[in-house]
Amino acid sequence: MLRLEQRPEPSRAMQIATPIIAVIATMIAGGVMFALLGSNPFTAIRIIFWDPIFNDVVASYTRPQLLIKAAPLILMAIGLSFGFRANVWNIGAEGQFIMGAVVGGGTALALYPYESFIVFPIIIVMGAVGGFLWAMIPALLKIKFNANEILVSLMLVYVAANFLSAMVTGPMKSPVGMGFPESRNFNEYQSAFNSELLSNTGLHFGVLAMMAAVVVGYIALTRHLFGFQIRVAGQSARASRFAGVNPNLTIALCLGISGALAGLAGLFEVTGPASKLSTNFPLGYGFTAIIVAFLGRLNPIGILFAGLLMSLTYIGGELAQFQLQIPAAAIQAFQGMLLFFLLGVDILINFRVRLKTKGVA
Amino acid sequence: MDFSAISPVALIVSLMAASTPILLAALGELVVEKSGVLNLGVEGMMIIGAVCGFIAAVTTGSPWLGFVFGAICGALLSMIFAILTQYLMANQVASGLGLTMFGLGFAALLGHKYSGIKPPKFHSIDIPILTDLPIVGPLLFGHDPMVYISILMVFVVWYFLNRTRAGLVLRAVGENHDAAHALGYKVIRIRIMAIGFGGAMAGMGGAYLSLVRVPQWTEGMTAGAGWIALALVVFASWKPGRALIGAYLFGGVTVLQLNLQAAGLSISPAYLSMTPYLVTIIVLVIMSADKARASLNAPASLGKLFHATT
Amino acid sequence: MNLIKTLLAGAALATGLAGAATAQDKLKVGFIYVGPTGDFGWSYEHDQGRKAVVEAFGDKVETSYQESVPEGADAERVMTQMALSGHKLIFTTSFGYMDPTLNVAKKFPDVKFEHATGFKRADNVSTYSARFYEGRTVIGHIAGNMTKTNTIGYIASFPIPEVIRGINASYLAAKAVNPDVKMKIVWVYTWFDPGKEADAANALIGQGADIIMQHTDSPAAMTIAEEKGIYAFGQASDMKQFGPNARLSSIIDNWSPYYIARTKAVLDGTWTSTDTWDGIAPGMVGIGEFSDKVPADVQASANAIIEKLKSGEMHSFTGPINKQDGSAWLADGETADDGTLAGMNFYVEGIDGDVPN
Repeated sequence: MLRLEQRPEPSRAMQIATPIIAVIATMIAGGVMFALLGSNPFTAIRIIFWDPIFNDVVASYTRPQLLIKAAPLILMAIGLSFGFRANVWNIGAEGQFIMGAVVGGGTALALYPYESFIVFPIIIVMGAVGGFLWAMIPALLKIKFNANEILVSLMLVYVAANFLSAMVTGPMKSPVGMGFPESRNFNEYQSAFNSELLSNTGLHFGVLAMMAAVVVGYIALTRHLFGFQIRVAGQSARASRFAGVNPNLTIALCLGISGALAGLAGLFEVTGPASKLSTNFPLGYGFTAIIVAFLGRLNPIGILFAGLLMSLTYIGGELAQFQLQIPAAAIQAFQGMLLFFLLGVDILINFRVRLKTKGVA
Repeated sequence: MDFSAISPVALIVSLMAASTPILLAALGELVVEKSGVLNLGVEGMMIIGAVCGFIAAVTTGSPWLGFVFGAICGALLSMIFAILTQYLMANQVASGLGLTMFGLGFAALLGHKYSGIKPPKFHSIDIPILTDLPIVGPLLFGHDPMVYISILMVFVVWYFLNRTRAGLVLRAVGENHDAAHALGYKVIRIRIMAIGFGGAMAGMGGAYLSLVRVPQWTEGMTAGAGWIALALVVFASWKPGRALIGAYLFGGVTVLQLNLQAAGLSISPAYLSMTPYLVTIIVLVIMSADKARASLNAPASLGKLFHATT
Repeated sequence: MNLIKTLLAGAALATGLAGAATAQDKLKVGFIYVGPTGDFGWSYEHDQGRKAVVEAFGDKVETSYQESVPEGADAERVMTQMALSGHKLIFTTSFGYMDPTLNVAKKFPDVKFEHATGFKRADNVSTYSARFYEGRTVIGHIAGNMTKTNTIGYIASFPIPEVIRGINASYLAAKAVNPDVKMKIVWVYTWFDPGKEADAANALIGQGADIIMQHTDSPAAMTIAEEKGIYAFGQASDMKQFGPNARLSSIIDNWSPYYIARTKAVLDGTWTSTDTWDGIAPGMVGIGEFSDKVPADVQASANAIIEKLKSGEMHSFTGPINKQDGSAWLADGETADDGTLAGMNFYVEGIDGDVPN
């Protein structure tokens, strides 16, 4: 039998080695699954991990797509990571993402066809406000009534999704859309369209915002009083009061920041890649972002890499699906495996594995 | 609009069927959380239970075996979560979400050959005379056995948690794992058993979906039921009886809004579809507002890591 | 644009991708589905069409598909990847793929795109859809004849013209044979959620509906109808296995003839951008075999309707028809034009409730 022995301090080498170990383990386990499904496991693994970055034919297209797909995940995950450190559990980023898109996108639809450079900044602010206000509902209910924020934020995801349905079948329905439940297309509205800034780089404002969030998030967490306060708040409510941290303010700030960033992500997504509000707009990015936040160990730099890895499995998974006809479900199971291994091997950072000699743990 | 078309008896009967999967899953998760573990993978375990229960029932021709096998598979899947969180000390929130992702994908793979098949019929009980009574008959004596089992499980879980020594130990582990460990209780073993029970109940709930409520297997058929079950646990402030009320309330509002539509109520269906979630939030706020009482039931060690240092 | 050209040149030389080596010999045809191929409804039938293409052309084509592709940015990426890896004909089989299809088509002028149920076309983008409302006329006729409670339950997805057209066509046909018939409509705001569809069916049955029609994709309502001992119709696919006693008939999407014809056109070099809206006559809308529960005289009259729809002697929307508010829509003998049908957003007279908005 094996036993775990706590290391005196976290191993730096393991911090770098564990993600690599996890990816290799996933390749082996996933390879077995693909082989069982009748596909060549080596080809499948190559297509998922290698082709989106290096393949001659598709990579020059998929490389920028990796950034585009990862941007909303990373932006939201960074916002969430603050709250998770402080034990404020916003599970409803998906709802805030939707409301950012509805409020910001709705503002754009209301301004249509007014063309001006001021339109885009206005809708960005409105997107953030939409997400922020939606996150303030669980924050206020938690502060005022002690209502559990996990539950309230989660329930509000479904409310937001239905609100979106109501909007796109009602006031926000496109007048030129033949009655389908979707809004006007934002790429027909120059001032509100989140277009690619440099062609074929994938850079749009959402990607820029994501990069800014990584930098600002890293500084806030490691160099700023705010980062200290949320870390204290996460350790114990008593300790944080001694440190002069107002717990209610922490709740409001953590939910507010994550809500605003999720709203921004939603706004950039709806005005850019998705290009319209429709009932199909919510794809679960808010839930995936929670996974990304933990995979990145609640650290902005880690989140950046985790988001890119997640995005790689999505895009590589798509390539593998239509080239090898691997079912979509297998890719989802594969992503689940990757997550299990990444989470599982992290224990090597803090613990050493020893052969057990005697007794029980 | 013609509300007289809505039959209260039919409404209650269909809300009980609609609520049974989430009630079963919520009872399981309630025990898991009482042991101090937060498993967000209920949706994943439910859908694995749905597909495995379906496969077993179709293969053997027995819905009962389907429920048993669905429960076993839900429990097996939950062991991935148990190993990750209890032995490898991985974060519970992320592990649970991962379990949902993996479960949805894996279930679809397993069930690939099983869509488009009708499961064996699971008969409702039919007691001569009693079932035929007006009103009381269909309300009390006309359901399928799983509805009664789910209600029975409410009592079983309540009795276990409040009236047995094992239940007391489980709650102690959930309150303060370090103290429980110091007293010599096997924290990890107890939690793994709780997680397994949660998986089995979620699996059974999933099997109810694919064998009774819908009844068929289709990819993604849980459609968020696992999340509702999670919400119910908090809503019920970790009390089995309240989980029953919560499940029937949620199921009731869901069924009622469809009935109102069929009766011709002219409110956008999107707004009507929001109501179950809004009602849940409102009731939660009312129940949590009394801080002293609400916090009494929440397991103090919920979601915290445990590592025995000695 | 330059970069795209370089990419395309690269594509011809590349051997890195599976199957690229044989790209010159075979026509690569791609299919993008919105649901899983095992949904036994919409995506399932499109995949049946793909299989028919393989069967018809054998070695001359190579097909690939991707299932469960979300509408929006993901769809655009999948299409681009298909185009980059040498697919010359791509079927995009959901309405929500409309703008992504147009965007990608602009970047790949020599790839042909076929978009289902949309209304935007380009030189290399065709659209196709089926006149499902003709099928609704047939099943509405059967339902009107067979309902004993004079109540037909209708599970509707989203209030789009396609769905509203189906409701109107069924109602008109049912009312023509049964003036007392009522239609109860539940909007579930989803295409695919078996649990919710089952609940909706239960709610409708609870309120007296003894025949269920649906415009959602899962066979859940059919299984509920079977259990409750009432009648229902298969939607998109036949669904007989889900309700051997409940199923009276079905509206089957049959894309095979169209997919084979369009693939042939690309192989022959005769493909041009077209707008196809086919009904029962060319076989795009199939009516499933009548169950023996349908009385012989109803079968005969339903068959007569099918024949008249085929020959063009009859149109599903023939006046006099008033709109729900009582205002005149079609005069006596007048038939609806395709433009109005394509944008239909109102109920006809006699249907209760409002179109949600």
